[in-house]
Amino acid sequence: MNSFYKKNGPVIATFFLVAIIFWLVFLIVIPQLYMLDLSFRPNLPPLLRGGPDDVYTLTHYKHFLYGSETSKDAYNYVDIGVFFDTIITAVLVTIINLCFCYPIAFYIAKLATPNTARLLVLALVIPFWINELLRSFAIRILFAGEGVINNILLELGLISTAVNFIALDIALYTGLTYAYILLMIFPLYNALETLDTNQLEAAKDLGSSTVRTHWRIVIPHAKAGIASGCTMVFMLTAGALATPVVLSSPNTYWFTQLIYQWFNMNDNWSRGSAYSIILLVVSVTFVLLMMRLFKVTIGEVVR
Amino acid sequence: MSAEVELQNVSIAFGNFYAAKNVNVKIGAGEFFSFLGPSGCGKTTLLRAVSGFLEPSQGKVLIDGQDMAGIGPNKRPTSLIFQNLALFPLMSVADNIAFSLEVRGHDKVSRRKRADELLDLVALNGQGDKKVHELSGGQKQRVAIARALAVEPKVLLLDEPLSALDLKLRQKMRTELRAIQQRVGITFIYITHDQGEALTMSDRVGVMNEGELEQVGSCYDVYEAPCTPFVATFVGENNAFYGKVEKVEGGKVKVQTGGSSFIGQAGLGLDKKNYKFKAGDEVIMFVRPEAISLKGSSKKAQNSFSAEIKTIEFEGNLKNIFLRSKEGVDIRFSVPSSTDTSGMAPSKNVSLSFSQDNAVVLPTGALALD
Ligand SMILES: Nc1ncnc2c1ncn2[C@@H]1O[C@H](COP(=O)(O)OP(=O)(O)OP(=O)(O)O)[C@@H](O)[C@H]1O
Ligand SMILES: [Mg+2]
Repeated sequence: MNSFYKKNGPVIATFFLVAIIFWLVFLIVIPQLYMLDLSFRPNLPPLLRGGPDDVYTLTHYKHFLYGSETSKDAYNYVDIGVFFDTIITAVLVTIINLCFCYPIAFYIAKLATPNTARLLVLALVIPFWINELLRSFAIRILFAGEGVINNILLELGLISTAVNFIALDIALYTGLTYAYILLMIFPLYNALETLDTNQLEAAKDLGSSTVRTHWRIVIPHAKAGIASGCTMVFMLTAGALATPVVLSSPNTYWFTQLIYQWFNMNDNWSRGSAYSIILLVVSVTFVLLMMRLFKVTIGEVVR
Repeated sequence: MSAEVELQNVSIAFGNFYAAKNVNVKIGAGEFFSFLGPSGCGKTTLLRAVSGFLEPSQGKVLIDGQDMAGIGPNKRPTSLIFQNLALFPLMSVADNIAFSLEVRGHDKVSRRKRADELLDLVALNGQGDKKVHELSGGQKQRVAIARALAVEPKVLLLDEPLSALDLKLRQKMRTELRAIQQRVGITFIYITHDQGEALTMSDRVGVMNEGELEQVGSCYDVYEAPCTPFVATFVGENNAFYGKVEKVEGGKVKVQTGGSSFIGQAGLGLDKKNYKFKAGDEVIMFVRPEAISLKGSSKKAQNSFSAEIKTIEFEGNLKNIFLRSKEGVDIRFSVPSSTDTSGMAPSKNVSLSFSQDNAVVLPTGALALD
């Protein structure tokens, strides 16, 4: 702390501390605690809040598991189904994203000349100046029944009737993968960039194939970057709203859409909070489990 | 198994810039050959062409008579030790050494056995389970050698592998490298900008300057019979007296330099024949510092001159005395430290002499910059 003050001077150091504490306390801790509290309370009209009925209850969490009291099913198959669909899709999207970004990041970090690398980074970044919603609609235009891709395929005679990319969720997968591509590329790039190029050559000189060099040398070196990128992409994908709203097929629901409905359309903030908390806890647990499995520590990931 | 390496008219261009120009050399099987040259003269570039990371723009690389064009580094019977070693930091020492065996699908047990054998060879017994970062600089060095030897190369290529070590360790590793080379009996091609390293280890040395191979010869030849002014000044210290040929008599050349005339030997050209000079040719006469002595101390010294002392430098075993002659030529000579130099002091004039057998006369050309 002392050295922090010495290094930055009193004014800047104080500003940083105040800003960070403000950010942590007011923008993260307090709202989340409020949500946590809300998720354990019944959904009451404003007048009854703080009254005798306002007691702690598990009803919203029960609702997620067992459904409404009037339903005949043993479990809330719909919500649980949407939840697991969301998590599994998010995992798949993360894996696709990794497979797609690793070669690009490797190329930029190790193979491209500095000029090409700069151009590529620019080409990757510029599309993200357009906001997420617009990008999602652009992808919808590409994949729509009368969309660009269908038109081209029909024109070329490769297909005879339009493919319904939206119903097949191909548009959704593409949109989600593209949405957070930079958050995968940059941690990967940072990790790969620090790899000594001579090690690649040494491996080659010792007879190693490209695949083995990546498996034994490049990937272990970039493990923390891979974990960091995957964590971010997974979390953000599982919590995405705009892209699924625009691109999911009418019968696919994203869990965040449910949360949104509880908050806004059904005006049940307590249940919305409970659902958000479930998503948060399960996502974090999943990420921690994965990190344990791949022997990465949190320290490495945030480095 | 060792192999012969031959470079035929090898040139390597980066754009318009030639990092190696028309290099021709034949390195014998089992030889310890060093490329010696200043930083940036194209040594690494040349070695990369031998190892296959780079294709020559012109010319051929032959290993055991076979043209290596189009054959990648993993397919050549060579193994390269990088300037920074490039050990794999996330693997244990044994895994590093046995990586090439892993690549070829050997099982764990035989890999470990071979790694242990190689650790023995480089005097690192029992260190196989350590991580690379737990080793000292000299030990890492040996691991790099063991890893390179594990592929059983016919030619080992070493790119300044000792440059990161401190002086004492460097001297120790020189002896050790030479011993390892003799034990495994394969061809070593060594790169260095340190002439001491090249001279102590090698069978033969190739001196490079700005992409060109200026002279190839035994250590003794390169030091005693340099072919060009660059070699004369890059390999060891040398005093250069610029002048004009006055007279030629057999192998002896009389050179007029400043006010005095000295007699020296005509140097040997690249063709191993003495340069043919004629009166009036511009030449440089080279005299090693250790060949100069105080006048009167040696009978054989036929050339003498006087000069003013500038500074005296103590270098442990030697004293280096820097002087300037009347004609403004800077001269350096050395005496053993035990020599009494109490009579010498800056700005005093002393008379010096050297034997004509120790003076080499070469055509003018660029000197090595210090
Ligand atoms: N990939 C490259 N592109 C352009 N020029 C290069 C490239 N590699 C090397 N050079 C140039 O070629 C020349 C020789 O380089 P090289 O690395 O072979 O020198 P070196 O003799 O090994 O020097 P050092 O002792 O400093 O390692 C240098 O002038 C360098 O700038
Ligand atoms: Mg080099």
